[in-house]
Amino acid sequence: MPEHTFILNGEKTTIDCPDDVRLLWVLRDLLGVTGPKYGCGLDVCKACTCHINGPTAFNPCSVPVSDIKPTDEITTIEGLPATVHEPLHPMQQAWLDLDVPQCGYCQPGQIMAAVALVAEKGSDITEDDLDGIRNICRCGTYPRIREAITTAAKQM
Amino acid sequence: MTGVVVRPRGATPSSDSTETGGVSRRRFIGYLIAGPTLIAAAPQFIAPAAARAAIATHQPVDDYDLSDLLNEAAAPTSGLITVVVNKDGTVSFALPRAEVGQGITTAVAMTIADEIGIALDLVNITLADARPELNWNQLTGGSNTMHSIFYPVRAAAAIAKDQLLAAAANILQEPPDDLSVVGDQIQASNGKSVSIGELATRAAVTKTRQVSTTLSSNYTLVGTPQRRIDALDIVTGRKQFAMDLQIPNALPTMVCRPPTINGSAKQVINLATVKRMPGVTDVVLIPHTQYVAGGVAVRAQTFGQCIDAVRALEVTWEPGPTADLSDADVKQELVKTQLPLLPALPGVKTLEQSFTFYFRPGDPLEPNCAVANVTKDSAEVWSSLKSPIWAKEQLVTILGLPLEAISVHVAQGGGSFGRHLFADAAFEAAAISQAMGKPVKLMWHRTDNFRQGRTHPMAVSTVRVQYSGGDVLALDQSHASVATDFSMGFGEIISAMFATLPETNSLGYSQTIFNLTQQVPYNFGVVAQVLNEAYAYDTFNTGSTRNIYSPDVVTAIELIVDQLAAEMRTDPLAFRRAFVRDPRLLAVLNKVAQAGSWGRPMPAGTAQGVALHGEYKGACACLVEIDCRPATVNRKIEDAFTGPRVTKVVIAVDVGLAINPLGLEAQMIGGAMDGIAHALTYSLHLKDGHFLEGSWDNAYYTREWNVPLDVEVIVMPPTTDKPGGAGELGVAPVMAATACAYARATATMPTEFPVNHNQPLGFTPYPTVPPIPQSPTNGLSEAY
Repeated sequence: MPEHTFILNGEKTTIDCPDDVRLLWVLRDLLGVTGPKYGCGLDVCKACTCHINGPTAFNPCSVPVSDIKPTDEITTIEGLPATVHEPLHPMQQAWLDLDVPQCGYCQPGQIMAAVALVAEKGSDITEDDLDGIRNICRCGTYPRIREAITTAAKQM
Repeated sequence: MTGVVVRPRGATPSSDSTETGGVSRRRFIGYLIAGPTLIAAAPQFIAPAAARAAIATHQPVDDYDLSDLLNEAAAPTSGLITVVVNKDGTVSFALPRAEVGQGITTAVAMTIADEIGIALDLVNITLADARPELNWNQLTGGSNTMHSIFYPVRAAAAIAKDQLLAAAANILQEPPDDLSVVGDQIQASNGKSVSIGELATRAAVTKTRQVSTTLSSNYTLVGTPQRRIDALDIVTGRKQFAMDLQIPNALPTMVCRPPTINGSAKQVINLATVKRMPGVTDVVLIPHTQYVAGGVAVRAQTFGQCIDAVRALEVTWEPGPTADLSDADVKQELVKTQLPLLPALPGVKTLEQSFTFYFRPGDPLEPNCAVANVTKDSAEVWSSLKSPIWAKEQLVTILGLPLEAISVHVAQGGGSFGRHLFADAAFEAAAISQAMGKPVKLMWHRTDNFRQGRTHPMAVSTVRVQYSGGDVLALDQSHASVATDFSMGFGEIISAMFATLPETNSLGYSQTIFNLTQQVPYNFGVVAQVLNEAYAYDTFNTGSTRNIYSPDVVTAIELIVDQLAAEMRTDPLAFRRAFVRDPRLLAVLNKVAQAGSWGRPMPAGTAQGVALHGEYKGACACLVEIDCRPATVNRKIEDAFTGPRVTKVVIAVDVGLAINPLGLEAQMIGGAMDGIAHALTYSLHLKDGHFLEGSWDNAYYTREWNVPLDVEVIVMPPTTDKPGGAGELGVAPVMAATACAYARATATMPTEFPVNHNQPLGFTPYPTVPPIPQSPTNGLSEAY
């Protein structure tokens, strides 16, 4: 079986699996990294959102593992704090401060998308920017998500 | 286990209840249970029915509602619930309910910590495995958890504390009354102390005995906003849901499902080919039965390979019972099913309107999933289950194994909204594991969840009011719904069996639940609300989706109320104030009117709406502002339905005693997002026996572009000393207020919900064969 190598949360990782297996299943089923969640497998719900090569969001449910290069750095929610060398990323802290989650299933993906959004837009996040977030929260935590992002954006 | 355990056992409160500072001090009798560490147990408190003044409108539900029924069902066994004090100084409680995001683990931890006087982080809450001895006391539903469990949990914790103090008194040589809990220590007045961890074993009893206790009257945590106890695990990705559990050899498993609802697989044409596909270990035909949806199950090294195999399968199918049905057919059947309204009074004015509420998905974000390991002589299942006792008992017949050979573990749930009252994934996973002889981790594809998963049943509702001058003489409501499946009964097998007898589901359960939950909050003279059902309970896959009947019933009534107010040339708020028949409802109504600046000038195309709802021993009012102007409605966002936007939501809620106002606020906001979706965007289109929606970009649950920019929740000061239900209460009033605001902004009477349902379809439906779409491959070019 083909061998695939990439950097996962700072660690060089190698896995044997067919080229077309989407990265989400490599992470969850083969590597046991379960922070990224399955919500649709269609690049719609964004529950699996991770980062590639810095705070750029992507959805591993829609990326064949063979698209990932050995030099690519993949960050899941588990690796997010290390990117700022702190026990928690400011976005995670804002999430705690505002008690954003309910069931929690979508929240790793929400946080990863939020970090990428702030990295792109800077500290002056607008309502239009927030309207553009596609992540589903079926518990309806959206108003707190918006508040947490606006708060964290000022600290990042 | 090591530590001290305390538990309330069949004990009852004695009569000397006193009031101190507005909080009852009640004596309870409970038990100290023999064990290696301190174990305490306590009883259920049942309040005497309060005397009630005669009022113009009176419905049976005013005196006895679903909360009462669930409470009384839980009461006899609440003494089997134990609080355990551990050697490390922590206190454990295995909660016999399901946490699905509603925050009950946090509320229960607060309750225990307060009663003992320790910090919140010293309390560890887990979810109890299915415990058949609890009978009706392990059902999570009807927003009833805190209502039914608050006093038993407090009493068990109080007994534990008494015993800790007694043991400490011996060691510290000071009477218990002079001791205090400081941090994780019991401290004497001279400053000497002993740790709770050390006391755990010294306070243990070797023989179970009855004790009495008095509950603390001081709340430090209860009633104050507290963050979720699992928040850190959530934001770090550590919280484990069923599919995150690492059960050895439980490989990913999915099912190729039929093209119509509840169809069944007859034959696999290319079995050998699919078995040889990469990563695939097993392919097995799973017959469709009463409890197992079935199809063709595939087990593979990864879910991605399951998806490939499911898509490759060629299967002949027996169509399901809905194969030739579409929305219009069901609507016609529902109209035929409606019970006739009583004859109108002669010589009075009437207003009458019929409404249609289309099927809506009951999907949480976590799809149906379960892990199962069934061997020749045992079975173990992990899933989010709100009726785990029933699940365990039903598995006896599904698997042909004795009850004691079956373990059912309740996993943390990624949402429920009523869906986990059922055990669809657990039953199916167990059946597949048995058929394959291997452990499986079963996941339903998202498209399966929309197309074969449980829905909020479609309904029609006709409301007629009769009035004369300024008086409303009567309100009649005839509600007809596609049968709601209550086959889980009250969470155990006996009541579940009754629910599946022919005709019984409707007569025995649906109408009972309807009558125990629905009420008209206004003095409208003679009020009659009736339910009838179409189709069998298992024709469509339905369930008690969050707030069951109330969102539709209340929306229909509140729209008529606005129309009536207009007929009487009265402001909608003033009309409601004049007719509301409950002081708690009046208080929340006044609160939202004031906080939301009711009646403020609004531009054309925008409007306010207001609505009320009482249920679960609580009262809730909602004020909504909506923007229906073209610039808002026609906003363009890729693959999105934008439409009218609710710009502001103000909710005032009175649940009696709000244990955790922060959690309550979250529940209300979540309920608001549901209510907005039900009114404006979220439905399923039934066509030729299947639902067209297959993804979250087809079924328009509230997304960020629909979220109100201004949301305020006002938690009213405690009006009683008991917690009412919170999880569902917000949905109905927000849906109704949104509908009323929409009607006023557009000067129309919306009668079809969600209001966009009959607009041209905004997406291209996925095919039904293969039953699930392939995952995209362009994720990197879409990175953002």
